[in-house]
Amino acid sequence: MSFVSTLYVGLFYAATVILVVGVTLRIKKYAQTPAPLKIPTMPAPRTEAGVAMRMFREVVFFESLFRSNKWTWIFGYLFHLGLLLVLLRHLRYFTEPVWFWVNWVQPFGKYAAFAMLAGLLGLWARRFLVDRVRYISTPSDHLMLALLVGIVMSGLGMAYLVHTDIVAVKAFFLGLMRFSPQPLPGDFLLLVHLGLVALLMIIFPISKLLHAPGVFFSPTRNQTDDSRERRHLAPWAKELEASER
Amino acid sequence: MADYEVPELHEYPIIPKLKEGVMAHSSPFIAADKFQGPLGFPGELPDNWKDVAIDKMGELLGKYRSLQVFLDICVHCGACTDKCHYFLGTTDAKNMPVARQELLRKVYRRYFTFAGKYFPKLVGAVDLTEEVLDDWYSYFHQCSQCRRCSVFCPYGIDTAEISMAAREILDAVGKGQKYCNEIIGKVFVIGNNLGLPEPALADTLEGLEEDIEDETGVKVRLPLDEKGADILLVTPSADFFAEPHVDGLMGYAKVFHEAGVSWTLSSHASEAANFGMFIGSYENMRKLSLRIREAAFHLDLAVLGNPAKRQRSLLHTQDGAASVLDRSRLEEALRPRSRRGSLPERPLPGRGRHGGSVERVGLQLPYLLHRGRLQRGRLGRLEGDDRTAW
Repeated sequence: MSFVSTLYVGLFYAATVILVVGVTLRIKKYAQTPAPLKIPTMPAPRTEAGVAMRMFREVVFFESLFRSNKWTWIFGYLFHLGLLLVLLRHLRYFTEPVWFWVNWVQPFGKYAAFAMLAGLLGLWARRFLVDRVRYISTPSDHLMLALLVGIVMSGLGMAYLVHTDIVAVKAFFLGLMRFSPQPLPGDFLLLVHLGLVALLMIIFPISKLLHAPGVFFSPTRNQTDDSRERRHLAPWAKELEASER
Repeated sequence: MADYEVPELHEYPIIPKLKEGVMAHSSPFIAADKFQGPLGFPGELPDNWKDVAIDKMGELLGKYRSLQVFLDICVHCGACTDKCHYFLGTTDAKNMPVARQELLRKVYRRYFTFAGKYFPKLVGAVDLTEEVLDDWYSYFHQCSQCRRCSVFCPYGIDTAEISMAAREILDAVGKGQKYCNEIIGKVFVIGNNLGLPEPALADTLEGLEEDIEDETGVKVRLPLDEKGADILLVTPSADFFAEPHVDGLMGYAKVFHEAGVSWTLSSHASEAANFGMFIGSYENMRKLSLRIREAAFHLDLAVLGNPAKRQRSLLHTQDGAASVLDRSRLEEALRPRSRRGSLPERPLPGRGRHGGSVERVGLQLPYLLHRGRLQRGRLGRLEGDDRTAW
């Protein structure tokens, strides 16, 4: 196996461990930190089912963002929906035989990359054109967009311009999953694409990408408005009260 | 007078262009030593203030999930940037909710995150300096904790939570804000936000009784500290001194009089607004909440009224008694009587949930409990377990 193949084997194992362990630790922290005050944003659901509905609308339709800013919503939604379809389509490189419904997604997934790109470029344009968004943008915000655009462009390049040996790529990933590493084709676009994806996996748990798991732990969105029906008391607040007596 | 640019209001809001630093000069008076002490805060910046501040931030991150999650997950999408009235009114860039949060977040990143420790420039992380502290003091006091930004944030990030944490850190390093901290001290010592001693309060109420009699010819009482009354009224500060709010207090008295209800105000807890919330201090907020319950038990009655919705719902979290306390509105307390005919059931026409109820007479504010509505079991439990709390 070539040096590059060996490098990418190591890279993807490392990236996967960092992603899984990192995100798990972060989720554990969010879950274990108490929320001492009931602070659901009004109007708030009064039942668990209501909270589930609210979270569903938030995660699936970006409800609050829709209320807030239509341009950001359109671009953000295009990007995330495109990303979802593209990710589902990519499942074919990790499963053998390919799940039947992944075949259904395939035609949409191919064009979804363009939606992703449009969304990303729209969001990026806002970082230059809207003075308020320009002010709050940090270098990492731009680099994050550059990284994602790089991934999409290199992917599109392989899908439409310079094809790679996709069968060998699938063998490489199945090999990784079965702990019997296989060689990776040395095409430039492929190496760029996979290198950027591994980088994205590595920075996920230490960056703002944590908004994906984090939204589920946001107290203003995941709490029921029942502070008067049931007493809500954090463990440390309980200790505080006990120490007073 | 200063030269203000008053924004014009149109059907669709016109979002102002950013200006930097136009409100940087604005900050409240610093609380003197004598106002800091009673609340358990130092009176001036300690030598090791940086360590104290960072330790406090670490402590709060462990105590408040909101703070931990909100500092992590902002993506700088800009959804909140045009939603804050402080920004719309001043155009100061740091009054955009995300920019206000960023003042704290950039320090959080520097001391608590991998990216901020090793790549500070890349992610916009900075060391904690006196300049940063001054920025906090200025801009975290230009937030009214209204939470409008949290309605629009796709992740529900609530700047009020960040402001409260920042103010608590500021208090911990001796940079307390005079307005809130002096008031909290007054409540502990005197019993109310206004600092009205009991004789002054009694005198104020006497004056109002005279006003009502002059106006209507009816002798209406505004009782203070009367043991065994059915209702304790806890009302907003303004009711005691401001126009037209004082008409509200006189209005309650008239309605109680007409309904034949026995009620009282308390000098131990005359007002309910809880300034502990504004400075983010759970401990102080709790002490202030308990005061109302103390008054209720000392006077041997059941409570209560409170002006702000968020504070009202937090009251139960704080003192554990609201399940029996704030259930019933004035409307409900009075309804049995109005059925008997002393009050017209529908004094004013109205629409919606509260339409046509006693509340429409201008009594939206106080929430209170009527002794007759208490369930015995609940009262017994309160007296048994919770009375020992003080």
